Amino acid sequence: MKEFICIVCPRGCHLKVDDDGNVTGNSCIRGEKYGKQEAIDPRRTLTSTVKIKSELVRRLPVVSSEEIPKDKVKEVVRCLDSVEVSAPIKVKDVIVKNVMGLGVDIVATRTIEK
Amino acid sequence: MKEYDLVVVGGGSAGLAASIAAYEDGVKSILLLEKEKFLGGILLQCIHNGFGLHEFNEQLAGPEYAQRFVDKFMSYGIEYKVDTMVLGINEDKSIIYSNKEDGYSIVKAKAIIMSTGCSERTRGAIAIPGSRPSGILTAGLAQRYLNIDGYLVGKRVFILGSGDIGLIMARRMTLEGAKVLGVAELMPYSNGLNRNIVQCLHDFDIPLYLSHTVSNIIGKDHLEKIVVSKVDDKMNFIEGSEMEFEVDTLLLSVGLLPSNVLLEDMGMEMSSTRGPKVNEMMETCKEGIFACGNSLHVHDLVDFVTKEGREAGKGASRYLKGLVTRNEECLECVAGDGISYVIPQYVHVSNVDDNVEFKFRVRSPMENKKIVIKINDQVIKSVVKLHLLPAEMETVVVKKGEFTSNNGKLVIEVEER
Ligand SMILES: Cc1cc2nc3c(=O)[nH]c(=O)nc-3n(C[C@H](O)[C@H](O)[C@H](O)COP(=O)(O)OP(=O)(O)OC[C@H]3O[C@@H](n4cnc5c(N)ncnc54)[C@H](O)[C@@H]3O)c2cc1C
Ligand code: SF4
Repeated sequence: MKEFICIVCPRGCHLKVDDDGNVTGNSCIRGEKYGKQEAIDPRRTLTSTVKIKSELVRRLPVVSSEEIPKDKVKEVVRCLDSVEVSAPIKVKDVIVKNVMGLGVDIVATRTIEK
Repeated sequence: MKEYDLVVVGGGSAGLAASIAAYEDGVKSILLLEKEKFLGGILLQCIHNGFGLHEFNEQLAGPEYAQRFVDKFMSYGIEYKVDTMVLGINEDKSIIYSNKEDGYSIVKAKAIIMSTGCSERTRGAIAIPGSRPSGILTAGLAQRYLNIDGYLVGKRVFILGSGDIGLIMARRMTLEGAKVLGVAELMPYSNGLNRNIVQCLHDFDIPLYLSHTVSNIIGKDHLEKIVVSKVDDKMNFIEGSEMEFEVDTLLLSVGLLPSNVLLEDMGMEMSSTRGPKVNEMMETCKEGIFACGNSLHVHDLVDFVTKEGREAGKGASRYLKGLVTRNEECLECVAGDGISYVIPQYVHVSNVDDNVEFKFRVRSPMENKKIVIKINDQVIKSVVKLHLLPAEMETVVVKKGEFTSNNGKLVIEVEER
């Protein structure tokens, strides 16, 4: 049995998911879907910053192009510690391709011109 | 003295949206003034994602959300000055600013939009007994140090206040290698969004202590230890409930306050939100001066800031084109039972285009209630809400035809179903 708080809407239902993936405590179908996903394969969007050589700023904010498994978030952040890029960079530029073989890219969320 | 139709003070989400809306509505002589080196405002340091669900139907990181508006602003070629601090506004709508290039200068405007954002409360810290070593700072400042300057302020951290910025920083600092020992919230409920409690605290097993606060601060030069105590329903420390945490950093996330020194210096009266009172087009009590965004009232969603910025931009354009119908008749809009504030505070029904979107917050968490809008004690609209939280701004739209009177009092209140 796993317990979660549903985050799909502000109501925040307390969900219980048993070992067969049956969800209880939800008030609507969206909560059931969320509970199942959280129990089987919880994923999160990762955001962080990397070093950038630029006249204007020191850090470039980045995001994972898709959600990654929750238990991989810390490792990916560590792996970004050693990344350094140089301006110019545009929003959506790929900073790390297929990070740690997860099939997800790390992309820029800010344009830095110089 | 150089003159513009419209001068916008503050280049965050609100100021950008306001400038863009005014430009698109035909105002071409616009100048935007921003004190930081970049346009975009506070969002540039909010690197987490979750912005833009209403505006773009996708989840963007803060800087990316801001970038979309900066790009649009730039594509219109609207004039702007960064690294430029606005120092004062005169009765005749002349604006005093200073920067490296122009020195101390004055420009004149026919209309002004104020979008100067908010600052973080520090009140919580002032009230805590004990010493004042270094290592105590606001969550937003720590966010700026980490996300803009790349500098982690501490290794063992405690957070006072469960506002969203504190929650977000709990996750961010944990991922950067700090140990976050807990979050204390004075109230019996959190002021942060559920999503942030789950993804920033639960994900990392960071405890949230509700009805708790910091009761002592210990440390000579640098913070060494804090004491956290439970409080009773009168907010007094409960003896025997003390917990000690060895920390080098205490982050304060105890709320935000609209920044309005410029308007206060003009002698403008502030409302209970600490922002100016405005009418249906976001115009303050001084004709031709408009306000929007976090300097009007603190928003939790930037999408709503953008929307409000647009309203102010359109209002200013309407004013500049002489389309405003003004007569003495006006509704005063006030917060009734269970509601902490209502915006706008005044509505001139004759000047309403289509409708008015009222924004308000409830005083405490509630379930299954009715939001009722009354004009001079007569109910004109009622909406059922299953869940109401102070952390989430609510809105109700009233169409022009639904206003049953042009003057008197409009009250928004919570009633039992
Ligand atoms: C730390 C923090 C975290 C947030 N997290 C989220 C979130 O996770 N999700 C979400 O949807 N919303 C979030 N918000 C809310 C949302 O981002 C803000 O409400 C929104 O960005 C505010 O826009 P604004 O334009 O009103 O203010 P700001 O972005 O603060 O812009 C105000 C601008 O005015 C400038 N200024 C001020 N005074 C002067 C002066 N005298 N002269 C010249 N310029 C001046 C400032 O430099 C600043 O650039 C957060 C807000 C804060 C403060
Ligand atoms: S289960 Fe449905 S009602 Fe409950 S929080 Fe989730 S989405 Fe909202």
